[in-house]
Amino acid sequence: MSLWTWFGLKTGSASTAWPLEGDDDGQQDVLGMPRYDPDECEPDCNACANVCVTHAISLAPSPDMAVRPEVDWGRCIVCQRCTEVCPTGAFTASGDWALGVHERADLKWDTQMSERVVHEVTERTRRPFARSLHIRHVDAGSCNGCESELQALNNPYYNLHRLGIFFTPSPRFADVLLVTGPVTKAMHGPLLQTWEAMPAPRWVIATGTCAVSGGVTGGNYACGTGLDGVLPVDIYLPGCPPNPAALIHALLMIAGRSRQRMRGGQIER
Amino acid sequence: MKNCDYENVDAADLKARTERLLADGGRMQGLYAWFPSASHAELRYVATLPGQTQFVGWSVDVGDDAIPSLAGVCPLLGWHEREIMEMSGVAFSGHPEPARLVTACLPRGERGPLEPDRVTRASVAADLPAPSLPAVSGRHVQLLPFGPVRADVLESAQFIFLYLGEGILHYHPNLFVKHRGMERQFEGMEPASATLVAERVDGVDTVAHSLAYVQALEDAANCQVSERAAWSRLVAAELERIYNHLHYLGHLCHTTTLKVGEAQGKLLEERAKQINARASGSRFLRSVIWPGGVRRELDVGAIASGLRVLKPQVEQYIALIERTTSHLDRLISTAPLSQKLAFDQGATGPIERASGIDRDLRRDHPYAAYRTLPPSVALAEEGDAFARMKVRIAELRASIALVERAIAEPAPDGPLLVPCAPAALAEGLGWAESARGTVLYAVHMDGEARLARVKIKSPSFSNWRVFPSTVHDSNMMDYAINEASFGLTISGCAR
Repeated sequence: MSLWTWFGLKTGSASTAWPLEGDDDGQQDVLGMPRYDPDECEPDCNACANVCVTHAISLAPSPDMAVRPEVDWGRCIVCQRCTEVCPTGAFTASGDWALGVHERADLKWDTQMSERVVHEVTERTRRPFARSLHIRHVDAGSCNGCESELQALNNPYYNLHRLGIFFTPSPRFADVLLVTGPVTKAMHGPLLQTWEAMPAPRWVIATGTCAVSGGVTGGNYACGTGLDGVLPVDIYLPGCPPNPAALIHALLMIAGRSRQRMRGGQIER
Repeated sequence: MKNCDYENVDAADLKARTERLLADGGRMQGLYAWFPSASHAELRYVATLPGQTQFVGWSVDVGDDAIPSLAGVCPLLGWHEREIMEMSGVAFSGHPEPARLVTACLPRGERGPLEPDRVTRASVAADLPAPSLPAVSGRHVQLLPFGPVRADVLESAQFIFLYLGEGILHYHPNLFVKHRGMERQFEGMEPASATLVAERVDGVDTVAHSLAYVQALEDAANCQVSERAAWSRLVAAELERIYNHLHYLGHLCHTTTLKVGEAQGKLLEERAKQINARASGSRFLRSVIWPGGVRRELDVGAIASGLRVLKPQVEQYIALIERTTSHLDRLISTAPLSQKLAFDQGATGPIERASGIDRDLRRDHPYAAYRTLPPSVALAEEGDAFARMKVRIAELRASIALVERAIAEPAPDGPLLVPCAPAALAEGLGWAESARGTVLYAVHMDGEARLARVKIKSPSFSNWRVFPSTVHDSNMMDYAINEASFGLTISGCAR
C-alpha cells in the first residue's frame, strides 16, 4: 500500500541507538531488583523473609544472634515487598536490571564472590556468532509476561535485527535456546526435543525467574523448578519478567559483545 | 459477603432452575467445586441476572450420586464440569464429552489435584479417558499437528487440524501443556501475599487478575477501599487495556502481512508500556493492586504527558488501518460468530460484544471507580473478524478518553491502603472486565484465615471454548487471522 510506504518513509527510524550509543534503553523508571545493604540490618528482624513468597530472602537458622538475610536474586520476582516492609532501608527499591550471569552462584549474595577477579575470555568459537545469532524460543509454562517482552524485542524501538540477532522458527537453524517458564511436566519432553534438534555449538538462556528457579509455581504438581537439571544453562537471567534491555544484554553476552555485570549478587555500578 | 447471594439448591432441581435462569435473561458465569471438609464437596454455580448489580449463585451439596450435567442446557458449563471431574473428582452424569481437559497432558493420578489431602469421598478423576479426535476417513484428508513449539515467539499450545485441501474439517486445540496448577498454588497461602500469585496467572492481564482477586478478598473481609484507591485501580485497569489493544491491532496486521501496520502497532504498544513504567514502576503495572487499596501512587503527570503524545499517534494509526482495504478485505466476513453461539458457549469481552451481546462488567456490575466514571461500551453486530477489530478499536479510544477524564480532576482523597483481613472461614467473590473479558475469582478461607480454595475463571478459558466453532468449516488461510482476531492468551486459559 502506498499509504503505508509514505507513512513509513515520513516517520523515519523509531529505533533507539542503545546499546551501540547513548543510554536510552527505554527502561526509564522501571523498578528492578531491590538493592541490599546487609550493614543496615537490625538483629532479630525477619520482616523481609516473611513477605518473600519465592524465598529469595531467607534466614538460615544460626546460633549467631546477628544472622543476616541470605539473598538469591535468582528467585526474586521483583514484587518490591521487601522494600516496603524493611524498617531500616537494608532493602531499597532500585532500577537495577542487567542481571544475566554465567554461573547460577553469581545471583546469590556473597561478598567474597563479588570481589573475585575475573578474566572473561570469549571462546574462539563464538566469534562467528557475534553479528549473526539465531534464537529459538520455547515457552515452558510462562505467564505470557516474558513472551510479551520477547515480542517487544522485534518492535521498531528495540529492533533486534539491527544487532544481528534474529528469532528463527526452526531449532535446526538456532544457536540459542531461550526458555521461559518453570518447565511444566507437559512441556518437558517438547523442550528436550527442541534442544536435541539444535546443531552445536548451542547455548541456553534461562529467561525469567521461573526458568531460573521455578518462580511462584515451581515444584508443584504441574511444574518443575526451572532449567537446572533439565538442560545445561549458559546464562541465567532472572526478572519477572526481564525487561527488553535486560534480554538484549543477555543475548549480547552470548555473542561476546557485553560483559557480565553481576557477581556474588552485587551489580557493578 | 455481599457480592453474591447464594441459595441452597438440590441437585435434582438444577436443570429446571437453569432453564428458568436463562429464560429470565440471566447468564451462567462460572462453576466450581470446593471442599468445606475433607469428606464433603460442594458445587458453586455463579450467575448474573439482567438489571442486578450483585451476582447470584447456587450452592449444591454433592452426595454419593453424580450431579446431572447442564452442558445440554447451558453449553458453556461443559468445560467447567470437565475440569471439576478431573481436578476435584466430582462426577457428572450425562456429560457429552466426559474426557480430561486441563490434566490431559499430565501423568494420571489416583485423585484430582484439587482434592484435599485427607479426602474420604470417592473420586472420578482417575477414570476419565484422555480426549480423542473424531474418526475421520477419506483418501485426501490430512492430519496436521502444529505445536506445542510453534514458529515465532508464541505461547506453547498444540493445534491439530484435519483438513481437505484448504478446508478445515475438524480442529482440536491442546491448550493445557502449560497448565501450572495456579489454583492449587493459592491454597495455604496468606491471602495478601497471594496477590503476587494472582498477578502472575496471566502476565498481560496482571491488573485485571489481581483486581478481581483482591475484590474477592475485600468481599470476604467486608472491607471498603478508599475513593482514592478505587480511582487508581480504574486508571491502572484502563492503562492495561490500552497496551493490550495496541498489541492486538499490531498482531492482527502481522497475520494479514501488513508489515508497516504491524511495526507501528507494536511501536505504540511499546510506548504505552513505557508510560506504564513511568506511572507505576512496572511495564505490566505490577505491584500496584493490593487488598485494601493500592500499594503505590500512580504518577499522574507521567500518564498525562504520555497520553498527550500517544493519543494523536493512535488516532493516525487507526485512520490508516481503516483505510487499508487489503487489510479489511481479509477481515470482513472472516470467521463469523453468531450471537446465539457466542452466548451459549460463553464468549466474553470484546468477542461477545462484537457478536451483538451488550454486556460489560464495568457498566453492569460496577467496581473500582466505574460507578462515577462509567465507560462507553462498544458494540458490533456482525460477529466477524472485522467486527472484533472494530470493537477493540472503539474500546481503545474509550479507554484513552476514560483515563483522560479520570486524571483531568485531582485524585479523590483518602488513604491508599486500608486494613483488609478476611476472617477464618469467610468467603468472597470478585470480578473485573479485563481487556479480554470477564475475570472472576472466588475465595474461601480455612480455619486459620489462610486460603483454602481459590477459583479463577479467566476470559481466555471462555473464549478458547468458543473459538473452535469459528474454525470448523473455515479454511487454513484464514486460521491465523481468525485466531489473532480473538486476542487470546494460553496462560490465562491453562492457568
